[in-house]
Amino acid sequence: MIRKSANEMAASLASGEVTSVELTKAHFARIEEVDVKVRAFLHLDTEGALASASVIDERRKKGEELPPLAGVPLALKDVLVQKNVPTTCGSKILQGWRPPYDATVVKNLKKNGVVILGKTNMDEFAMGSSTENSAFHPTHNPWDLTRIPGGSGGGSSAAISSFEAPLAIGTDTGGSIRQPAAVTGTVGVKPTYGGVSRYGLVAFSSSLDQAGPCARTVLDAALLHEAIAGHDEKDSTSIDAPVPKVVEAARRGDVKGVRIGVIKELQGEGYQAGVLERFQESLDILSGLGAEIVEVSCPSFDYALPAYYLIAPSECSSNLARFDAMRFGLRVGEGSAEEVMNATREAGFGREVKRRIILGTYALSSGYYDAYYGSAQKVRTLIKNDFEKAFLSADVLVSPTAPTTAFKIGEKSDDPLAMYLNDIATIPVNLAGICAISIPSGLAKEDSLPAGFQVMAPAMADDRLYNVGAALERELLAKWSKPLLDFAPELA
Amino acid sequence: MSESELDHLSSELDLILSAVARVSEVAKDDIAPTSHPLPLLNVFREDVITPSLTADEALSGAPAKEEGRFKVPQILGEEA
Repeated sequence: MIRKSANEMAASLASGEVTSVELTKAHFARIEEVDVKVRAFLHLDTEGALASASVIDERRKKGEELPPLAGVPLALKDVLVQKNVPTTCGSKILQGWRPPYDATVVKNLKKNGVVILGKTNMDEFAMGSSTENSAFHPTHNPWDLTRIPGGSGGGSSAAISSFEAPLAIGTDTGGSIRQPAAVTGTVGVKPTYGGVSRYGLVAFSSSLDQAGPCARTVLDAALLHEAIAGHDEKDSTSIDAPVPKVVEAARRGDVKGVRIGVIKELQGEGYQAGVLERFQESLDILSGLGAEIVEVSCPSFDYALPAYYLIAPSECSSNLARFDAMRFGLRVGEGSAEEVMNATREAGFGREVKRRIILGTYALSSGYYDAYYGSAQKVRTLIKNDFEKAFLSADVLVSPTAPTTAFKIGEKSDDPLAMYLNDIATIPVNLAGICAISIPSGLAKEDSLPAGFQVMAPAMADDRLYNVGAALERELLAKWSKPLLDFAPELA
Repeated sequence: MSESELDHLSSELDLILSAVARVSEVAKDDIAPTSHPLPLLNVFREDVITPSLTADEALSGAPAKEEGRFKVPQILGEEA
């Protein structure tokens, strides 16, 4: 049962073949069995999950009509607050904190009857591409336990790829949903900025952060997307428009006549040969299905990475000022408020967080603002313009999601610039606020590890991602004759 | 920050800064900056009272509290 898709689990729940309590217990048993190796979770809410599962079972027994995902378990990235459940963001500064309220995403999950198993590991405050920056422990890639599961949402991607949960929530500031999906052979979607409420999502870089679905199939991701998306007046950047018809699109999967633009700048040097080979294969499949392939150029993408590493640290240096040891979280040391604040932040923040706060503070300081932050904002305009131009000749744009397959734990942890390069193909999407999906494109020949295929669409055209994704997924599944994750080694 | 952390970070920051400084190459004067992906202006809601956290809930995560308030270390100097 735990290897089924969320959609299949939902059908089994609806038919009475299994109860939500049984399904939830099966997942906890799996977690108990394999999480000592994978280490995807920071906290398990066994009691809470079983209680909500049993409520769903009761309601179903009474004949109540329930939402599509009611009773299906999910893993929640530890950057979203859940009432009375520990929320750490992978940081010591929040260790032991139990939020007094639910994020809107969590509220929507509860409304849909989704059972939240626990909180997943992440790079501290979502800063990283490997989950090695978690203050607690690294998470391991189920395909090869010596490798990273991507980041910052490596706990969520590892949980679904090791069958600890069929669904997970991630957040994507520069690729933190899509790159983990790519390197674990799963599906991850960054919705349009403003499509999913940020209320209760602990802010890293507010103009880039976006929560979204992680799943094993395109349809599962669409079902979860629909459950969490929608306007929220508690987030002033929430878009007041209907949620794109993502589930309908995921069921359609028809690319006949769809114009697919290949971004010239997101391939070639720096990309692993096996990753590019899988990318080309997917492209050929889509072309065979009747899609029209065109090449587009986005010359400003060369400057996306530097712009991101000015904008994100700048916003984080401001956002993380709230961790001041006064109202919640860790408090260390004695003396004046300033001394306590300094001691707490020294003890509570990890190296990458400090690095970015310093960088951001510097980029925003008077005298340097124009050269750094100001210039980065102009680059953002150029990138938006590049996308707008590209979308004139293509309905969706595509690229490999990440330049390489999963690297070894520890391999890049002393080289921040090499680490930052992981997000080279995902960052432009965040800077422009548009939407993108990563779906598994197969295994790279060099290392037999998963590679990801990224599809990007204009703002509020999220349904296009699911349409193209579903078509490609269907053809690849037929080619492999079984789901990609069935090729991964047994963990238990 | 500790001295050893400072040593480690200072060399890295130098590297990162020189890498990101490239943005000024293309940031011409006639390009308008984008601070946000959405063209949203001020967002308002009706001025009605809605339920919020109770004082106890708001204080539930406080490192120290007293008489329904956050208890914080001394903020002003002795002579103030």
